[in-house]
Amino acid sequence: MTIYNMYIFDRNGTCLFYQEWQRNKSSGMPQEEEFKLMYGLIFSIKSFVSRMSPVDFKDGFTNFNTNFYKLHFFEPPSGLKFVLNTSLNVESLRESLQYTYNSIYVEYVVKNPLCSLNAPIKSELFKEKLDTYIRGLPAF
Amino acid sequence: MTIFSVYIVNRAGGLIYQMDHHQPKTEVEKTFSFPLELQLKIVDERVVVAFGQRDGIKVGHTILAVNGDAVHGRKLEDGRDILEEIADSENYPIAIKFGRPKLSTNERIMLASMFHSLYAIGSQLSPEQKSSGIQLLETDGFKLHCFQTLSGIKLIVLADPKQTGIEVVLRRIYELYSDYALKNPFYSIDMPIRCELFDKNLHGLLDPYERTGFYSTSM
Repeated sequence: MTIYNMYIFDRNGTCLFYQEWQRNKSSGMPQEEEFKLMYGLIFSIKSFVSRMSPVDFKDGFTNFNTNFYKLHFFEPPSGLKFVLNTSLNVESLRESLQYTYNSIYVEYVVKNPLCSLNAPIKSELFKEKLDTYIRGLPAF
Repeated sequence: MTIFSVYIVNRAGGLIYQMDHHQPKTEVEKTFSFPLELQLKIVDERVVVAFGQRDGIKVGHTILAVNGDAVHGRKLEDGRDILEEIADSENYPIAIKFGRPKLSTNERIMLASMFHSLYAIGSQLSPEQKSSGIQLLETDGFKLHCFQTLSGIKLIVLADPKQTGIEVVLRRIYELYSDYALKNPFYSIDMPIRCELFDKNLHGLLDPYERTGFYSTSM
């Protein structure tokens, strides 16, 4: 089991945070462009799913699989977007992403008056805590 | 345990076949008194609930009928504007039927080509070499399974999240497509599929799911 990389976007599509732990293929474009493409992918999937769905749902899009990786998605009501890529044999990481939001993002970014909310996160403490948490997951 | 619908998308992202197999009922009818507690707004020429979920009426539902008269876009059949009808206290009590908006053919074509590009982007943003595009997309209401054949045709099945064995169904649909659509001398490739036999066999394949939710391979 592997965790490849993680993106955090704010509600306007700015990439607040990106980290990769293991990545075997780059997307072949500048990182800025890749963030825009990833946000566009998530945004379109959300709109696609809400229109395509034959039933009413609560959370909407949660994850997708290709034949090599699995993308987990979590969005708290404030519109932040957590995206985590893992290998296929990983179970739903919804709770882990929820924890990342509750106990890492809120604790070390929202409660840090020196962190501005709509700009990329510079806090070293946040990065360190997140890295420790992800490395501690059984899926890592 | 159900299969909701089947889509077939050609190499260029065009929708060549679409079938709704099972449509869950989401319609709710309710009689309201003045003033209406729901907030409505116009989205794509439809009257949509913007705020105020209650009694099974959800945000995103559209108005399907007012006092039993079917609705066309934002107007009633006789041309009266719905929002004006609802704003007028003379018309109360008023019975309004809400439900999930039905997809028009144009919207389906648009959604199919949208998925075609999402599929490609999913493969491009992969952290692993040689990844395919999206094969399974999960939500808490349905799962979308996609199988891309070697010739680039995408077979898409929307099913209940608990439904298993969709991989087998996708391959069976591919078989039916090769047997009844491709071998039909009147069918030109990449064009919409209008083959009676294909329709019939596809229904024959999917109908057991409706009754038992169980798939027998002896079919």
